[in-house]
Amino acid sequence: MSMLTRKMMRDLRRIWAQALAIALVLACGIMMMVGMQATQSTLEATRAAFYDRQRFADIFAQMTRAPRDIVAQAQRIDGVALAEGRISFMAVLDIDGLDQPASGRVVSLPDDGGHLNLPVVRRGRLPDPLRADEVAVNEAFGEANALLPGARFRAVLNGRLRSLTVTGWLASPEFTYTIAPGAMMPDDRRFGIVWMGQEAAEAAMRMGGAVNEIALRLARGGDERAVIDALDALLDPYGGTGAYGRDRQVSHAFLDGEMQQLGVLARFLPPVFLLVAAFLVSMVLGRLIKMERRQIGLLKALGYPTRTIGWHYLTLALLIGSGGAVLGVALGQWMGSGMIATYREYFRFPVFLRDTATGVMALAALLGLATALLGGWNAVRASVTLPPAEAMQPPAPPSFSRGWLDRAVSAMRLRQTSMMILRSILRWPGRAAITLFGVMASVALLVASYFSFDAIDIMADTVFTQSNRQQVTLVLAQSQPERAVLDALSLPGVRQAEGAYAMPVRLVRGHRARLTAVSAHFPDERLARLIDDEGRVVALPPEGLVLPDRLAEALDARVGDTIRVEMLGAPREVLDLPLAAIIAQGMGQEAHIRAEALFAAMRVAPQVNRIHLMADPDDLSALNAAIKQVPAVAGLTDWSEVRRQFSETLEQNMATMLTIQTLVGLMTALGVVYNAARIQVAERSHELASLRVLGFTRWEVGFVLVGEMMLLTLIAIPIGWVAGYALAGALVQAMSTDLISLPFVVSRRTYALAALAVFAAALAAVLLVRRRLDRVELASALKARE
Amino acid sequence: MDPAAPVFRTEAVTRVYRTGTVEVQALRGVDLSLTEGEMVVMLGASGSGKSTLLNILGGLDQPTSGRVFFRDQELTRVSDRALTAFRRDHVGFVFQFYNLVPSLTARENVALVTEIARNPMTPEEALDRVGLAKRADHFPAELSGGEQQRVAIARAIAKRPDVLLCDEPTGALDSVTGVQVLEALNAVNTELGTATVMVTHNASIRQIAHRVVRMSDGAIQSDERNPHRLAPHEVSW
Repeated sequence: MSMLTRKMMRDLRRIWAQALAIALVLACGIMMMVGMQATQSTLEATRAAFYDRQRFADIFAQMTRAPRDIVAQAQRIDGVALAEGRISFMAVLDIDGLDQPASGRVVSLPDDGGHLNLPVVRRGRLPDPLRADEVAVNEAFGEANALLPGARFRAVLNGRLRSLTVTGWLASPEFTYTIAPGAMMPDDRRFGIVWMGQEAAEAAMRMGGAVNEIALRLARGGDERAVIDALDALLDPYGGTGAYGRDRQVSHAFLDGEMQQLGVLARFLPPVFLLVAAFLVSMVLGRLIKMERRQIGLLKALGYPTRTIGWHYLTLALLIGSGGAVLGVALGQWMGSGMIATYREYFRFPVFLRDTATGVMALAALLGLATALLGGWNAVRASVTLPPAEAMQPPAPPSFSRGWLDRAVSAMRLRQTSMMILRSILRWPGRAAITLFGVMASVALLVASYFSFDAIDIMADTVFTQSNRQQVTLVLAQSQPERAVLDALSLPGVRQAEGAYAMPVRLVRGHRARLTAVSAHFPDERLARLIDDEGRVVALPPEGLVLPDRLAEALDARVGDTIRVEMLGAPREVLDLPLAAIIAQGMGQEAHIRAEALFAAMRVAPQVNRIHLMADPDDLSALNAAIKQVPAVAGLTDWSEVRRQFSETLEQNMATMLTIQTLVGLMTALGVVYNAARIQVAERSHELASLRVLGFTRWEVGFVLVGEMMLLTLIAIPIGWVAGYALAGALVQAMSTDLISLPFVVSRRTYALAALAVFAAALAAVLLVRRRLDRVELASALKARE
Repeated sequence: MDPAAPVFRTEAVTRVYRTGTVEVQALRGVDLSLTEGEMVVMLGASGSGKSTLLNILGGLDQPTSGRVFFRDQELTRVSDRALTAFRRDHVGFVFQFYNLVPSLTARENVALVTEIARNPMTPEEALDRVGLAKRADHFPAELSGGEQQRVAIARAIAKRPDVLLCDEPTGALDSVTGVQVLEALNAVNTELGTATVMVTHNASIRQIAHRVVRMSDGAIQSDERNPHRLAPHEVSW
């Protein structure tokens, strides 16, 4: 081993803590990049393979009822490769061990096994087409309710209570993500998919020889828009509710939305982290090497060529860089596994095709190394080019002079130790800038991470405490006259009941159209209210539609414009209604109208298809039991359950991300401040020891070091707040779709938490370093500078 | 103040440095007594133990065995905190390399000490005593070596210390500037009556002292009074 190599190993051992801190900062940046990209590409690859293998359809359409030969006609549409029909309907399910009724979407399985949307058997077997009581359920529902093959449950099919036997658990590309109609979050206990033989389904729904759903797969190069139009025309006489592509297919749309958001995060956030890390590593490493200048001079004086010395220090930088890169890639894979495990709970892919994102990994690692090299190079060049005699001298005493800033500082009449802090910052603004930037970046990253809680808090508050105050919402199988609300009052324990009417619609203005829903509001709503972003109850105008701003924008509609409302369910009316108002409602996706106005336009008596209830908590189980027996009720939303699920899911999901991001933010602050402080101590140990000799206490001397670092931290925090706000704004912008915009609110709690966390990390780092001052030999202050 | 009273007294002081397996005996049983108002020059070759002894007197280091008294206080029995207070209240240090804080002006370097001292003179007065009143607003980098050392002396005397401990105060200076520094030290000793211990390997300086102590190999070799003191400007090297 050459002496230089030996020197490097010993150097590394000497500066191990600083090297580790630098490597950790770098590793954090690489971890974010690798982890998020690996998650993203794993999900993409998994979904693509699953869709392809299970032949996920491209176009979907529902209708009231159509003869079976409509499927053959659909297949003849230009651009269609394959068409398949089936029967599908909602049913109330009664599961043992579950107090509330569950709801399920029953779909028929073609006798020949089918050609589109093929389910994968995850457990047990498919139902026997000849046995009318056999069904399979989606894996998540089976798992959540422990419906093992052989288990039985009851379902209200077409008004009749039937007992069904589970034969197996399935996974299907159509139901990767399952969510009950109108629900906010998936609830695998209370909503499931039930597959049933074709004949059994026909018999149960009295739909012999008929279908009410069609799925199509496009031929290569088939025009989706044209096919949808043709299919709409074909199905119109049969009560078609409007064909749609994958973009409106519930499972796909959710999956896609989630992946889009992840994509934005993966594209946007990790480079920021990595760049910050890269910058810091480069700067800190540079300073570390600058401190070696006397040794560099010595090596030159001994006759080592510049190239050898340069390479020696670059290797040191590279070693630290590789440490960070290896650690970062490993942590990134770990983070990816963690994130995928979280997604596994929601996206029921039978197999996850783990993609390690090799390209990204290599790129991130290379970037990490380049970063270290760059920092090393800058410092080495500066020291190596000095003549040896000069390099061996201690650097010339820093010259301080009196600028206007300095006079201003003097005018403050501070203690001399405070003056030392201020002058040191003013004299070396570049050095202070590294610390400033590092702390600022940490705060910004934390603000941008924590703000998502604020957004979710606002959404949850709007949805749960402002808009939906009811305990239970009943979804009726068909629209009923208003007095159904009075009937609901006679259910056990019900204290308050409120009717509502919601209808899936297509809103059309000019050539723009959106599939959405219209919600009709009755006077004196107390339970389910319409709330805008400011938290105010929206007073609906007597006539016309009210649209949330995003929806109005998507339709390019202004107040006063006429909007065509095409109802997608019975009675399938087409109404032309004026747009009366646009409200600020970032989360809003539905059109709203007064019930009177809607039903007047429809020329019918007011109807309800939803009933919101408040009930005595003691009577809830009786109420649930009663609802299970009411055929008119197609489904039920238990809001306390939704709320509980919402927070539970959030806690699980966010805890992981939050931990990671907090760690990254803190690690960055810690790494930067620790190194800055270490270098300070090394450069100023003589000065600080002199203070001790002059009779300053440990605390007073420590104040010069701690004070400078913490002052910089305090200055950096508000800058970090501003940067974090901007970063969060950019994230919201990037993640907003035309359907939904996250509320962009950063709470004081977020600012405070970010500041507090970073402050604590910085303080811990600098106190850790301060202890080194105690070990400085006082007598050394009397000696010549080393 | 009784001029004959001892300000420092050491009894059989030894100091052993251990680095790994190597033991270095820096002091081998030093008994010494310094009187109030005295100017003592301590001579000796490099490694003779004079700096070690100075550090122990100034409370920067503790002896391995033996006792050290400052007036009635036994320095060898007090805590680190008390030693800090001792340095703060009673001792002025002057170093070979000045050890000024580069980010503070001359005045501010002196104020550094006057801020924490009990009964200090003003920074201006201290600087005036070393003839630097006009350079008070200059930073160390803007001062010559001799000027920097005189700022260091001003800083040391501003607290009106009981003793002034100087480690090679002229070591980094040429003869002419060195004399200026010695004059400043001499003036302080004469005008304020501050007991002064000056460690040096420059034998010429012994001529300005009341008393000359020679050290070699960790022990006192000779301790004699100087009957014919010279003024600093009469000395050269």
